[in-house]
Amino acid sequence: MKVVVDFDLCESNAVCMGIAPEVFEVRDDDMLYVLDEHPDAALHDRVREAVSRCPKQAISLED
Amino acid sequence: MSEPKQIVIVGASLAGLQAAQTLRRASFEGSIVLIGDEPHFPYDRPPLSKQFLAGAWEEEKLRLRAAVNPSELGLDWMLGVAATGLDLDLRTVALGDGRTVTYDGLILACGAHARSLADHPPGVFTLRGLDDARALRSALDTGPARVCVIGAGFIGAEVAATARERGLDVTMIEAAAAPLVRVLDAGAGLAIAELHRRHGVDVRLGVGVNEVQAGADGRVERVLLADGSAVEADVVVVGIGVVPNTGWLEGSGVSIDNGVVCDSTCLAAPNVVACGDVARWNNPRYGRLTRVEQWDNAVDQGAYVARRLLEEGGVDPEPFAPVPWFWSDQYDRKIQLAGVTGPNAEVVNGSLDEQRFVQLYADDSGRFVGALAWNRPRQAIQARQLLEQEAGLDEARAALGG
Ligand SMILES: Cc1cc2nc3c(=O)[nH]c(=O)nc-3n(C[C@H](O)[C@H](O)[C@H](O)COP(=O)(O)OP(=O)(O)OC[C@H]3O[C@@H](n4cnc5c(N)ncnc54)[C@H](O)[C@@H]3O)c2cc1C
Ligand code: SF4
Repeated sequence: MKVVVDFDLCESNAVCMGIAPEVFEVRDDDMLYVLDEHPDAALHDRVREAVSRCPKQAISLED
Repeated sequence: MSEPKQIVIVGASLAGLQAAQTLRRASFEGSIVLIGDEPHFPYDRPPLSKQFLAGAWEEEKLRLRAAVNPSELGLDWMLGVAATGLDLDLRTVALGDGRTVTYDGLILACGAHARSLADHPPGVFTLRGLDDARALRSALDTGPARVCVIGAGFIGAEVAATARERGLDVTMIEAAAAPLVRVLDAGAGLAIAELHRRHGVDVRLGVGVNEVQAGADGRVERVLLADGSAVEADVVVVGIGVVPNTGWLEGSGVSIDNGVVCDSTCLAAPNVVACGDVARWNNPRYGRLTRVEQWDNAVDQGAYVARRLLEEGGVDPEPFAPVPWFWSDQYDRKIQLAGVTGPNAEVVNGSLDEQRFVQLYADDSGRFVGALAWNRPRQAIQARQLLEQEAGLDEARAALGG
């Protein structure tokens, strides 16, 4: 699984960080950082949850 | 329920599609029939008052991700046809074209429609769906001299902001003393009024609308207010709330009262669950019937009811007890509310005047119940987590102050 964020869509509202802080972090500069582009299998469910809960549909997954 | 074979979902939008996707993720292999009265594949509504209305996005960008490839989830799509009746004994849903579909499990995800004025001339718009948005966008494209927004709820306020950013002359009228009184406290509502005034919107508060009048050409020309004044307008947008789409369920035996009334697990009748804007369930966190008209709730509850249906045979399903959360974008402000407002409000970060702040809410007993954040997105999500953990006010102050 590869995590891809479309930064043109992302509005740094940190929803994804709330769900999977190991993978997503919004810092003080109000920018989103992807901490782990290839998260472990144990995180996949939460990353998928972040994909559907991202209000801007900014996160996608590649194989 | 022992292994449902066919699950029917009424409402092919955010909550319904999320439910369908969750069923497939939970390895449900039976058939899923998705019934939607709009002819369109499911699309996202929030951009309708924002990027789409601004002219920045085209329609292709609105499609919900899970519907970009409609065959992917193996759904039986029935679009452009309405559900018109429900028979709980026979477990059937009647359709507008005369067909009926049988279900083992039924998910009601039929949302809500915009309330409008009883009768009005052409040039008066509401905004709920893509067709509304297309019509309103074309009207704004003609460069009307004056736009009048009736009702300063979220939709009205966002339309006012977008129209203003398109360089149009905008008046926003609200009968209550402050915008957004249904969701925010008066102080925060007035901050919204101030935000709009700083951007040049003529905001009129505490005054109702008596009549929308047409000119000689039959099209809308002016809005008459209760205080005797008049607002000239070529385009009028009415944003006075929504009504749950429950008309087709009248007499079915499902309890209807400002939405489909459900228990704390979103069950409305045997094998029937409801989610999204149409569902009014008993949220144990607040101990009262709640209907939430917010994007994140539709996604969360859509997923919850799908699992609920599949596990129904199991013992005591966990109730659906989320902390609500929503956002609204107006101009360059990101407004987010986690939880609910309360009688005691306290700014702990930034200030209302800077229009960048975090305000905490406590109820009468001093319990931390919500946080409003303007351009403080991280704190809004943190606040939501603190609320989920039932953190106290001191803890919230320490974590969110700055
Ligand atoms: C312009 C706009 C902007 C918004 N912005 C925000 C925002 O910034 N933040 C936020 O949190 N929320 C926002 N929302 C709210 C959010 O979009 C809704 O909460 C969400 O769409 C609810 O999803 P739903 O699936 O429950 O209902 P809906 O999206 O209303 O979908 C219900 C579907 O069911 C269909 N239907 C109804 N009756 C029948 C029937 N009898 N048979 C078949 N189909 C039927 C309807 O036509 C519709 O397609 C906005 C809403 C609008 C309209
Ligand atoms: S949830 Fe979506 S919009 Fe929000 S920070 Fe994450 S990627 Fe960006």
